[in-house]
Amino acid sequence: MNRLSLASRIDLNLATLLAGGVILWFVPATMKSYGIYVISFWLVMSIAAMGLNLTLGYAGLKSLAQAAFLGIGAYATALMTAKGGVFGPVWSWPAAFVASGALTFLAGVLLGFPALRVKFHYLAFVTLAFATLMFLVFRNEQWLTGGVFGFPDIPRPTLFGIQLNNDLAFFRFLLVVAMILSLAMWWLLRSPWGRAFQALRENPLRAASLGINLRTYTLLAFAIGSAYGGFAGALYAPMVEFIDPAPFAISASFVLLLTVVVGGQGYFLGPFLGAAFSYVLPEVLRVTGGLYLLIYAVLVLAMLLISPQGIIGIVEKFRETRRQKAAQGMRDGAKALLGTGS
Amino acid sequence: MDQLLQLVLAGIATGSIYALAAIGFTLVWQTSQTINFAQGEFVMLPAILVLAAVKFLHAPLPVAVLLATGGFLLLFGLGFKRYLVDPMARHGVLPLAIATMALSILMKEAAKDGFSAEAQQFPSLVPAGSLNLFGATLSLRDIAIFLVAVVAITALQLFVTRTRTGRMMQATAQNPGVAKILGIPTERMILLTFLINAGLAVLASFLISPIYLAKFSNGEVIGTAAFIAAIVGGFNQVRGALLGGFLVGLVDNLAAAYVSSAYRAAVPLVLLVLVILLKPEGLLGRKEERTV
Repeated sequence: MNRLSLASRIDLNLATLLAGGVILWFVPATMKSYGIYVISFWLVMSIAAMGLNLTLGYAGLKSLAQAAFLGIGAYATALMTAKGGVFGPVWSWPAAFVASGALTFLAGVLLGFPALRVKFHYLAFVTLAFATLMFLVFRNEQWLTGGVFGFPDIPRPTLFGIQLNNDLAFFRFLLVVAMILSLAMWWLLRSPWGRAFQALRENPLRAASLGINLRTYTLLAFAIGSAYGGFAGALYAPMVEFIDPAPFAISASFVLLLTVVVGGQGYFLGPFLGAAFSYVLPEVLRVTGGLYLLIYAVLVLAMLLISPQGIIGIVEKFRETRRQKAAQGMRDGAKALLGTGS
Repeated sequence: MDQLLQLVLAGIATGSIYALAAIGFTLVWQTSQTINFAQGEFVMLPAILVLAAVKFLHAPLPVAVLLATGGFLLLFGLGFKRYLVDPMARHGVLPLAIATMALSILMKEAAKDGFSAEAQQFPSLVPAGSLNLFGATLSLRDIAIFLVAVVAITALQLFVTRTRTGRMMQATAQNPGVAKILGIPTERMILLTFLINAGLAVLASFLISPIYLAKFSNGEVIGTAAFIAAIVGGFNQVRGALLGGFLVGLVDNLAAAYVSSAYRAAVPLVLLVLVILLKPEGLLGRKEERTV
């Protein structure tokens, strides 16, 4: 019974994902470039949040460096594909994309290995230090990253001989990559690996006694989560075509953490909802002038007070009450039928 | 040598402010498992409130100080506990920590939008003069900061260890269940730690703002420093937070002079990582203490 309901929930996730993908393919055709930019931004940040959701929501590790991984991916892609970089345009975008993921995966392993050796929640402190250091590198190493003046002229990728300069074409390309990454994550979470991650979160002691190597699996979850940050960065750089250190600061990592929790940590679709809350809503609130961050913070607080399990938590609670009501109805019906009701 | 001495003394002065914030941080953590990511903003805000009271209510400075202190204790001592920590606490450490992150954004933005985005002068109680000590110049303000902080921390330490209320507070922190059975009003004790935390933040704010000016973004640096100080010293101890505060202040100042001003912000964090890798329970922490 329990297994069945779990399976149906995951299939619901897949159905929502695929339906969402189809809708997103067609919807932006009518939008202006600003609208397309906003949903592109939302998709990219959803990928970064999805990685952090694996780290936080499934493996229960607190990483405060997801924006730094985003930055590593973005700068690595910029350096490898743009003319202005010290390396020059040496690689095509797909190669840079893979390299960004590999680089952040490696960084995750190198950071996680010593930190997780000591105690799991120390990863938070180590990632905090790493994120601060990376931000300083992005800002200070002007010869490499352009420093505060930024890194200009990052090219959009060329695919099958077509330059994706058109915003809509680039968005659809982004959507395809995001779908592939989401499906990979969906598959990962359903695979024995993903089940092991969840077992770790629910009951580490029991998981260990069932033969799951705690350290290896948590390390892997963190490294894969970080790699998703790198992938998102590889998409972010050509999307904005100009990067500076600001969006990769420590506060940006905090906002990503907030995004995952507000969306609903440990739920597959949580990051998409959270990213809408954290990255689309502020754009909508821009009409309020400088007050948008203030309103955003108030909304996050209200949201957390109402439902600490995030947006999906509300949906789940609603479904749970409906299920209970239905069960109660059936029980009442049975009672009436048997004539034992008072 | 003179320069080194001067840097060390200035580092101790800033360190004592970090220590004030770090002690509040650990107190609140001990009694209610709240990781307050808004601790830096707690130190930023009181000074802004004073200036706002002067500007908008045309209150004279002493009245403004009283108003700001009272308002802050009410809002971020009592209000913070009752309306944010209490409802969130039963959902675990993380949602509450995230909520304090949101609170920090809220406080920062409120200070920026409601008062000013510019750094503001904050009146100092101590004249700006300086003192010569073994060839090092030492500003009177630094000395005053150090003295006030040490007096405050000593008083707190005496209160916690020597008075009945203080011991009841300790008991609440160490084992709330047993404390309750023994008839200690644990809820009131927890509230007391939140009020002490707010009070320490007010003190730190009034001490640091004459030097660094009152600005909405001040909390970022102070918050990180307090956080590091608390962990380096040992999360569970007032003495540890004190040592951690001094250490972070020192390392921060020395790094700016001898390592590189561009990377100074990373140096205390490197210290943090080294400490947690080599001595995970903190410099003064004890292993057997409750883990969460």
